[in-house]
Amino acid sequence: MEAFTTLTAIAAPMPMQNIDTDKIIPARFLKTIKRSGLGVHLFDPLRFDKDGNEKPDFVLNQEPYRKAQVIIAHENFGCGSSREHAPWALLDFGIRCIIAPDFADIFYNNSFKNGILPIRLPRAVCDQLIDDTKMGGNARVTVDLARQVVIRPNGEEISFDVDPFRKHSLLNGLDDIGQTLQHGAQIDGFEAKRRQSQPWMPATTA
Amino acid sequence: MSASRPRTLFDKIWDSHVVERLPDGTCILYIDRHLLHEVTSPQAFEGLRMAGRKLRRPDCTIAVADHNIPTTDRRAGIKEEDSRIQVETLEKNVKEFGVPYIPILDVRQGIVHIIGPELGLSLPGTTIVCGDSHTSTHGALGALAFGIGTSEVEHVMATQTLLQNPAKNMQIDVSGTLGFGCSAKDIVLAIIGKITTAGGNGHVIEYTGDTIRALDMAGRCTVSNMSIEAGARAGLIAPDQTTFDYVRGREFAPKGEAFEQAVAYWKTLPTDPGAHYDTIVRLTTAEIAPMVTWGTTPGAVVPVTGVVPNPSDEPDEGKRAQLQRMLEYMALTPGQAMQDLPIDVVFIGSCTNGRIEDIRAAAAVAKGRRVADGVQALVVPGSGLVKRQAEEEGLDRVLLEAGFEWREPCCSMCLGMNPDKLTPGQRCASTSNRNFEGRQGPGGRTHLLSPAMAAAAAVTGRLTDVRQLV
Repeated sequence: MEAFTTLTAIAAPMPMQNIDTDKIIPARFLKTIKRSGLGVHLFDPLRFDKDGNEKPDFVLNQEPYRKAQVIIAHENFGCGSSREHAPWALLDFGIRCIIAPDFADIFYNNSFKNGILPIRLPRAVCDQLIDDTKMGGNARVTVDLARQVVIRPNGEEISFDVDPFRKHSLLNGLDDIGQTLQHGAQIDGFEAKRRQSQPWMPATTA
Repeated sequence: MSASRPRTLFDKIWDSHVVERLPDGTCILYIDRHLLHEVTSPQAFEGLRMAGRKLRRPDCTIAVADHNIPTTDRRAGIKEEDSRIQVETLEKNVKEFGVPYIPILDVRQGIVHIIGPELGLSLPGTTIVCGDSHTSTHGALGALAFGIGTSEVEHVMATQTLLQNPAKNMQIDVSGTLGFGCSAKDIVLAIIGKITTAGGNGHVIEYTGDTIRALDMAGRCTVSNMSIEAGARAGLIAPDQTTFDYVRGREFAPKGEAFEQAVAYWKTLPTDPGAHYDTIVRLTTAEIAPMVTWGTTPGAVVPVTGVVPNPSDEPDEGKRAQLQRMLEYMALTPGQAMQDLPIDVVFIGSCTNGRIEDIRAAAAVAKGRRVADGVQALVVPGSGLVKRQAEEEGLDRVLLEAGFEWREPCCSMCLGMNPDKLTPGQRCASTSNRNFEGRQGPGGRTHLLSPAMAAAAAVTGRLTDVRQLV
């Protein structure tokens, strides 16, 4: 996983609630056995018409947002399916950070595992940042994970919360599995204890 | 953890699965059951292979293909190349990593969330995960069951654990006798309408109250299944005699003395008196009628006797814009009666409503009637065992004689990954769980409702109050 430290980038405004995982990437594009290459289908129903032509009114089809690395949206971003294809598609397109008032839990988790930073900020702040994105080609938002601040184009700093474990993993690009395997002895011990206390637990290999 | 503090069902399952609490509060949580399917597992197996890691506990894991496979005769294989490759990849992976697998032509094959409970794989007090958001279904048995992404699938494969932070406790209490023509689907749609699709974010919902207690296991599965549509991580229903009677004798369930030992433990799981819930919501059955969604989120729901809402009644600008967008997508006008809406397709099935009880409910309405002209009505049993049971009861004959199609078990038109899809503009009465834009096929328009209501729509050709037919 690529580490996330600081990012200064164009942000795309998507002032919609409930941007669900079927909008981010419809099920028919999940028939892949790879993680890569999904960016071309990102937001397919919003981005393309039924003949595959770009819809000019969709934000990521417009300059300068084609190169956006940040999305700013409204409530409940990523609701619906657990498909990790959603963050894979976002990442493949180049998105590294999403700012919204809140996120669906599974999407929120999945983002961190792929080097994407989801940031929860109050709706009024999101709306302010959305206004900032409309200031023209030179408007950039900066996200500094170590200091936990979003910096507006006018220099104003807005702090955000992130849990320390996820922050550490993301700052260092650490793989969760490697970290958990360091606790292998505790997992062995837990399993041994459970074999004693719950001998009735059946195996799937029966 | 002190044993004297009153704990919720969620607290008890959580506490008993914490392997280790890390300094920042993140927990290494032990996973008892890992269910795999073809769509969200290939990249996880690939990750293990690249890192040279083993799958730690094949004996706690089971795999089945359910999303991509056709609902027509499977003996000829899968025609669509990308779907076939995904299923073949699963079959290759389970062989390489030694994972138990239920083949497509096995009578036990079915939707992963139907077969878990049905085969006795899903047990009270356990932790169950799957790379699928509707894993919340298994909470109906009093298991902590939740959907995970593919990175987490790989994490469970390698470690049999997940890194998790505890959720908040939400109690949703439903009281009263369910009205005539109402079912579990109507309960959960009414709940989501009340708390909204983000109402459960960060919470595990425990469903309580005499209405929930009176539900059979199929109804409990329907309610818990849609917890995720309310944003919750999981749903839970305390195990009771209904649960124990359901689990007893199923293929993978503990047998004999082991079963009695298990029940003794399961009886300790229900929430202690005085335990703390962070959020409490109460409903009575007076608030529950046969429900139908009108919009493109499951929370956009009204009683079937209701009308399409008017966006101009919504004070919040953002919400108003969303309502407007939903009306345009669904081709509806404010004030329009739901019962006037003609439908093109009926889908009865899915992990929400693909159980034998659901098919019985649909057949009871269909019996002696005909599917309306121009309507295609699909019945897709949730598993091979459900299909066999329905055929033994003669339900397939009832449905076929009424003009319904009787298909092979899988996810089918719930998400349109196999050939069963809506075409643009088609309006569908569906017993599935999501009405998102394009969910059942690009441009398709989905109305969520119960199996009885879906059958009623099939025979009249429009959304219909099933109470007029029974």
